Amino acid sequence: MAELACTIELARGAEFALAVELRCPPGITCIMGASGSGKSTVLAVLAGLAVPDRGRVAIGDDVWLDLDRGIDLPVHHRRLAYVFQGLALFPHMTARHNVEYGMHHVPRLDRPTKARELLARLGVGHLAERKPRTFSGGEAQRVALARALARSPKLVLLDEPFSALDRDLRIQLVDLVRELARELAVPILHVTHSVAEARKLADQVVRLDHGKIVASGRADDVLRGMTSFDE
Amino acid sequence: MTWAPLLLSLESATIAMIVSLIVGSGLALLLQWRRLPARDLVDAIVSAPLVLPPTVLGYYLFSALGIFGTTFVFNFRGAVIAATVGSLPLVVRTVRVGLESVEPNLIAAARTLGASPARVLATVTLPLAGPGIAAAAMLGFARALGDYGITQVVASAHFEGIGIPYTSPASIYMYDQFIGGHEDAARAMAIVTTILGVTILYGANRLTRRLYHRG
Repeated sequence: MAELACTIELARGAEFALAVELRCPPGITCIMGASGSGKSTVLAVLAGLAVPDRGRVAIGDDVWLDLDRGIDLPVHHRRLAYVFQGLALFPHMTARHNVEYGMHHVPRLDRPTKARELLARLGVGHLAERKPRTFSGGEAQRVALARALARSPKLVLLDEPFSALDRDLRIQLVDLVRELARELAVPILHVTHSVAEARKLADQVVRLDHGKIVASGRADDVLRGMTSFDE
Repeated sequence: MTWAPLLLSLESATIAMIVSLIVGSGLALLLQWRRLPARDLVDAIVSAPLVLPPTVLGYYLFSALGIFGTTFVFNFRGAVIAATVGSLPLVVRTVRVGLESVEPNLIAAARTLGASPARVLATVTLPLAGPGIAAAAMLGFARALGDYGITQVVASAHFEGIGIPYTSPASIYMYDQFIGGHEDAARAMAIVTTILGVTILYGANRLTRRLYHRG
């Protein structure tokens, strides 16, 4: 089971210098911090959507970025799943086509069946032939998770995926993510503002402030005494 | 009164629209690339036909194409090239609006799902910019149909001593009829080209609105 190890230094173009060193074993690591603390930038660097000044990103022995050695794997060669804050479902494709989009490793003829199975597994099998504009918030969330998981990722990045949902839906999806985390057994980085969400989800928590890690460790230890993040 | 000039204009505008759409989409994609050297200068050169007097553009084109004798001037080919150059900046700008309307997160999502840049372009960027590209095609066609100045300099057969039998496009035909005192023919051609132009612009407006209210 491969661990994520990364160091990121990024000063250019930012309000503050980002300097982060992370080790995330398989399981859920919640990254918390105020808006603009650098959470999403960390995810963007891991995904290859942003290039740091210095840095190294590796999943086990699989090195995705090592600027000292001139390694910078393009985004599409990094086997990861990224659920964006706005979900970013392709509006011109059905749920099934959205899920099939990342299934390069599956033979073409098997993709529709696999995509339907995955959608059904996440409780949205009935949406397979419908387009995202007809989905509710919770349904869109499940389709986005199905699409992300369809890649058989080595790393999962969740950027505040539940921020637009009501409390009941959040609880349902938190349970679902925990279940998926057990099955996948890969590092999952989950960005959130919600202490309650982190308590339910996280195996470990990393707190960022102005681009620096101010606390990290087991979720119970880091979250002890916290009632809301901004306190 | 003859409708041949209108048919000729429709034919040349159709070819000009296809060429300017292909070249214009390529230029629009190039100009979207942030690391393009001297991007603002390239943008200014591509957009120049919007601000230069058509006769100046016609003069440049005539000078450049004249190197090949009469292969590309005083004939249909010249009319097509003139209409293409006139419509190109409009096409580039409208395609860019379409490309910019595609949410960057959708492109990033496609990349994180393992799609190569070419696949992202073919399956996400261009389909979502579709209404903008269709609007660009319509505007390009309308602009090509209405071109007068550049076409007059490059493709008009009124130069003394050329003697090449060639039917003028609608815009030049209409002007000739007007100057020659054939007001009925001039009026008929003016009305038909106006109806065509307004109808095309109406269609382009509808497509552009769809682009902004998508989703």
